[in-house]
Parts: sequence; structure tokens; C-alpha cells
Amino acid sequence: MRNHVEAFGLAIATLAVFIAAAFAQDAGFQTHAWVLFFVLAIATLILLNRIEFGDSKMIPFKTNGGASGAATATAAASTAVAYQDDVVRYGVIATAFWGIVGFLVGVVAASQLAWPEFNLEPWFNFGRVRPLHTSAVIFAFGGNALITTSFYIVQRTTRARLWGGGLPWFVFWGYQLFIVLAATGYLLGITQSREYAEPEWYVDLWLTIVWVAYLAVFVGTLVKRKEPHIYVANWFFLSFIVTVAMLHVVNNLAVPVSLMGAKSYSAFSGVQDALTQWWYGHNAVGFFLTAGFLGMMYYFIPKQANRPVYSYRLSIIHFWALIFLYIWAGPHHLHYTALPDWAQTLGMVFSIMLWMPSWGGMINGLMTLSGAWDKLRTDPVLRMLVISVAFYGMSTFEGPMMSIKGVNALSHYTDWTIGHVHSGALGWNGMISFGALYFLTPRLWNRERLYSMRLVNWHFWLATLGIVLYAAVMWVSGITQGLMWREYGPDGYLVYSFAETVAAMHPYYVLRTLGGLLYLAGALIMGFNLYKTIRGDLREEAPMGGRSPSLQAAE
Amino acid sequence: MADNDKAHDKQVDEVTGTETTGHSWDGIKELDTPLPRWWLTIFYGTIVFAIVYTILYPAWPLVNSATGGVLGWNSRTAIQEAMAEREAQNADLIEGIKTSSVSKVVADDSLRQYAIAAGRAAFKVNCVQCHGSGAEGGPGYPNLNDDDWLWGGTPEAIETTLMHGIRYVQDDETRISEMPAFGRDGILERAQIQDVAWYVRKLSGQSAEADAAARGEAIYADNCAACHGENGEGLQDLGAPALNDAIWLYGGTHADIVAQVTAPRHGVMPAWGDRLGETTVKELAVYVHSLGGGVSADEMAAAQ
Repeated sequence: MRNHVEAFGLAIATLAVFIAAAFAQDAGFQTHAWVLFFVLAIATLILLNRIEFGDSKMIPFKTNGGASGAATATAAASTAVAYQDDVVRYGVIATAFWGIVGFLVGVVAASQLAWPEFNLEPWFNFGRVRPLHTSAVIFAFGGNALITTSFYIVQRTTRARLWGGGLPWFVFWGYQLFIVLAATGYLLGITQSREYAEPEWYVDLWLTIVWVAYLAVFVGTLVKRKEPHIYVANWFFLSFIVTVAMLHVVNNLAVPVSLMGAKSYSAFSGVQDALTQWWYGHNAVGFFLTAGFLGMMYYFIPKQANRPVYSYRLSIIHFWALIFLYIWAGPHHLHYTALPDWAQTLGMVFSIMLWMPSWGGMINGLMTLSGAWDKLRTDPVLRMLVISVAFYGMSTFEGPMMSIKGVNALSHYTDWTIGHVHSGALGWNGMISFGALYFLTPRLWNRERLYSMRLVNWHFWLATLGIVLYAAVMWVSGITQGLMWREYGPDGYLVYSFAETVAAMHPYYVLRTLGGLLYLAGALIMGFNLYKTIRGDLREEAPMGGRSPSLQAAE
Repeated sequence: MADNDKAHDKQVDEVTGTETTGHSWDGIKELDTPLPRWWLTIFYGTIVFAIVYTILYPAWPLVNSATGGVLGWNSRTAIQEAMAEREAQNADLIEGIKTSSVSKVVADDSLRQYAIAAGRAAFKVNCVQCHGSGAEGGPGYPNLNDDDWLWGGTPEAIETTLMHGIRYVQDDETRISEMPAFGRDGILERAQIQDVAWYVRKLSGQSAEADAAARGEAIYADNCAACHGENGEGLQDLGAPALNDAIWLYGGTHADIVAQVTAPRHGVMPAWGDRLGETTVKELAVYVHSLGGGVSADEMAAAQ
């Protein structure tokens, strides 16, 4: 029998949630319990339909070793192992789906800032839509991209099937459940008001269970690897999984008011609470959005460029320097606050020392293309991967610069920060994830190539223009805002009221929405392209770069 | 396996001429390129900067405190010094405002200029939420740029309004007035209210239905003139708005006036004396008085 344990487990969980709904202490928790009840009930029904009785053997795994191997020289090695790729296929679809959802919500949030009429009370006001957007892009889109690519990469670079039997499936579905609970919670107004850690205690507990399972799958696979050494991408993935577990648990230490209620109180108070939050918040950037995505970079760029990684030594030094230094940089989020001066100083100098370790990843990414730069002309997927590294380099220079107290005095609390995170998130995290999806889809579904390379090119330019517009507009608006806030007249009094600075931002907010729309349009094209690829369609089109005169002459 | 045999076979990459480490994962090899010199130099440079900076400024935590830094800088004294410096720079002006009446401040050029700057800053933090960042007001919130004053436009009158608020019952000296609800409480018939509203429009020089306005004149004289004046000139002692101008707190259409007569709305302004202190209130009064609609010194003299 297959699926029966899972189905009965889910049925019991569904019943438990039903009881929780009955005994709920507040309306938010009750609604949330109902949401969870319906999700679990539907999942139970689906699984019950799939229970297989008797001795019918499992359907053989559709291994793709041959397909991916065909593109490389290691066909012999990869066909020897039956990789767990079904969960990776689901992950590719989930990543693309949540990406589009997250960008759409971002455009909504941007419109709400430009035109307050778009605040639809109470579920869709900016205060609830904003965490929905940040969590959707960071945790739903980014998190699925990380889980999916790490599952794919760790199998290829260890030549071992994912450890844990059905555990990778638990990680995948458990993580989607976390996303649904977090997202519905925000719209219901359930939040612990910690940036990027808004879900309440019971959702946090669930994520902890899922994350430990993820760690077990990853480490289990590493342990049974058939390669003598662990590839650098896996160091980054491992540091990401371990550190995020630590950050998540510590930052979310809280006492619930009732075991049947949504509200909880943090274990920390005052400035300690603020520092814990920004220790978490900054390292969510450092380990989720930097270390984890560097793991992706270290696999997809050498694979797509078909070139060796530029420097092994650099990868070791910048890895250890990055993970050692990043964890101390959080206090720069609390410059000029109640945080003691000494902690602010340390936050600043550790951020500055972080500059070169961050750039080590950029150098290794870009220089891996030595001898393959010409491919940028013909391969928009490689171009996407490379521009992501360029944006990575830009935002990891901007970050240390903004952590300098003098610069921070101008930039803090302004739109400059928003521009900074978006050049990092849209440019670095988004672009490398798109590149990874374009790399993975044809290989996972055994397709000759993507449906259309020209659509990838369209996506590339729409996304790049969107980011450039967004970041440039936010620089102008952020610096304007910062200068207006601190402008003093000759008598020593402030010149502008806050409302005047808000009014001055309006044109920039409109342009920012336009930048977001361009980026969303690119992602929709990607969704279409991936859908057609998965269906097995191939668009007839002239190859990229075919328009150069010398090539035409050759025809 | 073939791959494993080659695992430590250090090949030379043809393009770069650099040796590989001999490892290979899924076809990915690594070059044994040394660390870029410029990268290492800047990295060391940032470390040196960090060490020097942490010697100069408060940095390393100890058991009960932290190293103070050889420059002796800390943010708390830095801000105190900056504030003290500015206060010393303007000490005479601040003292002058503190010890003078608002009218005296208005009459003295240097005091007035400083008070306007200070008042504008306080206004932009505390007053713009209701009165607008240009003091232009809005429905229910008086425009402070015009010369129509509900409770008086002399510096002293504005100061009193600021100190104690309007209809702000938490303050013992606040000023309270209430217009009767002529419609809701059944003092006037509906038709009468329609008529008196047309008359009020006529008073303010707007178009009105002549017959109705004529009927409304007597109703106005009996019910409204006591507070709003025979010709609608208003009465500042009671905060009764003038009705003979084009300035309206709750709107000047016939429907707006009917609504206000039927069931009047009454604005509340908080008392700011306890919150901002007397000096800031004076500065605010001078600033608001300066906005263009304040009663001039000549008019004040004439009034006295």
C-alpha cells in the first residue's frame, strides 16, 4: 500500500485543526484554522484517491539522467543514479507561480503608494499587502527557487539520490503550506510585526519542522555522496539552511497568549528585541538571499557557460569570510537609535569588511566566463545569469556604503533603501532564478530546448529595463526625501513638513509602479515560455545572434 | 569509474593556461587561479580601516560597558552639544520671545523673524494634519491664510486659541460655543430652513432664489442674527462665523447650508499649551498671524 500513512496522518491533522477552529480564542485564529482545515481536507481527499492497494510496484521514477547528461560530458556518471526529480519539477512550477504572484502583489503595493484609492479596507490595505509582497517574493518565490535548485544541484554534484524517501515531498508540500498560512494570515491581519518574520508562533513552529526536514534531506544526501569532495555550491546551500534555521528559531522565540489564539509576545523587549530582529533581518538577506543564491550561481554559471569555475582558492576564502562577517553586520539597521554606540560601530565596520568577501562571488561568477564571453551574444539564458551577478556586485557595494554612518544618516528610512533591496532582489535573486528555471525546464521535462529563446530575450530586456527604472527612480526619490527631511533653515528649524516630502514623492512612485509592471510583464512571458516548453512545443525561430552580418554572409 | 580516476588529474585549461584543481562535479571543474591581488589588497584595507575605526570610536564590548574610543565621541553628548550650541546661538532671541507678549514679538523685527521660523517648524509637525501643510485648511478645518477669524485674529487671540483649544473640554479655559440644531431639534420647519439658507446665500453675495430669500430674512433676524450679526458679520466672542463673505467652513452651497442649520457640526481643536509649552505656542501664534490673514498692528491699535 502506498500513501496510506500520509493520508491517515493528514486526516487526523484535519480533525485536529477542526477542533482548533472550534476552540479558537480569537477571530483571526479561527479563520486561519478554517483555512488550514480546507487545505488539509482537500489534500486528504486527493491522497485518499491515490492510495494504491495490493502489491503493485511503484511507478518507476522518470529519471532524467540521460537527458541532462547528454548536454555534458558526465552522462556515464549521472545515468548510474536514479535522481529524485519529480519534486524538482513541482518546485520549478511552484517557483514560477509564486514569482508571478509575488511580482503582481508588488505592483499592487506600488500602486497603493502612488494612488491611495487602491487601499481596499481591511484585507488589502498597504499594511497587509506589503508583507504579503515581501514574503511572496522572498520566501515563496526565493524559497522555492532555493529548495528546488538545491535538490537538483546536490543530487548532480554528489551523484546521489535525495536522502529520506518521501521526505523531500514533505519539505516541498510543507513549505507550500507554510506559504499559504503566512499569506492568508497577513490578509487576516495576523502578524507579529517583525519585518520578514511576520507569521505568528504556530506558523513559525510549522516552518521549523519543515526546515529541519529540509536540513535532514540535504545533509543526508551529502553524507551518502559518491563524489570525494563537496562542491562549493553545496557549502553555500548548507550554510544557508543551517543559519536560517538558527535565525528563525531565535528571532521567533515568543510566548503565545493562548494555545488556541493567534497572538504571542516576543521573548525579548526594547532594544534587545530590535537588535534580535535586525540580526535576523540582515542575515535573512545574507544567508537566504546571498549565500543560498550563490549556491545557485556556482552551479548554473559554469554549466551554462561550459567553463571551469575561475578560482577554487577564491571560492574557499570568500565563502568563509562571507559567512563569518555577515552574521555581525545586523546592527547597521539600527544606526542612530537606542542601540549602544559600540554595537553601531561594530555593525558598520563588519559591513565594510563584507564588501570584498561579497565581491569574491561576483569575480568567480564573471571570470568563469573568460573564454566564453562570445556566448552572451547568442545565449540569453547565460546573459540573464551574468547580469544577475552584475546586479549582485552593485548591490553588495551599495550595501556596505549605506552602512557607513554618515551615508546612513541620509539614506536610512528613505526610498534609497527600497531601491537598494530591489536592485538586489529583482536584479540578483530574480534574474538568477529565471536563469535557473530556463536551465532546468528543458532538462527536467526532456525537451530538446526551450520553446523560444527570443522570448527569453524579451524577458531579459523587460526585466532589466524594469530594474534600472525602479532603482534609478528610488535613488532620486530616496535622496530627495533624505535631503528634505534634514533641511534646516538659517534659524535652525526644519524647512519641510512630512506631508510635503510625501507629496514630492508622487511622480517617483508612479514611475516605480511602471518599473514593476515591466518586470512583471517579463515574468509573465517566462511563465508562458515555460508552459509551452513543458508541453513540448518548439517555436520556429531564427537563432539568437543570427543577425550579425558575418553570419549572414556565411549563410 | 572513469571520472573518479581522473578526479585528481590536474589538467591545464587551454583558454586561460591555468591548472585545474583536478576535481570535477557533474562536469564542473575549478581553476586553481590565485586570489586576485587587487581583491586581497582592498580586503586587507577594509580590515585595517575597521581596526583603526574601532580604536577611534566606541566599539568593543567589555563586561559592564564597552571601549569608549580614543576620540571620546559618543552620540548622546554629540547631539547634546549640537543642541546646546544652537540654543546658545539663539539664546537672546529665545529669551526675548519668552519674556515678551505676542504683540511685542510681532512688533520686533528680529524676534518676529525668529518666531516665524520656529513657529513654521512647529506648525509642520503639529498642525498640518488638520490645517494642511500650506495652512489652507479643508472642510471643517479653518483656512489660516485668510482674514476671516472664528475666534479672533490678533496675535493674542490666536495665542489663546492655541493655548486652550476650542471645545476641548479637558482644558478648563477652553472656549465653547454651540449652534442649535434648528432642524433636528424641531426649532424651525423644513421649509423655513430652506428659506433661511437662501437668505444666507444672499448675505454672502451668492445667487439665491429671491422669493425664498425674502421669506428667509425674517427667520434670520429672529433666529440667527443674535450670534451671526444682523448683516451676517459674525461674532468672534462666540466663535460665530461671518456669513457675509465667500469663506465657508462646511461649504457654501444651498445644500451645505441647509445641512449645517439642520444639524450643525462643531469642530474641536486641542489645547497645545501643556503639550508644546508657552514659548512654542507664542511662536506658533506669530507664525499663524504672519500667514497673511492676521489682523495688522494698525487694526489692533484702532481696536484698542
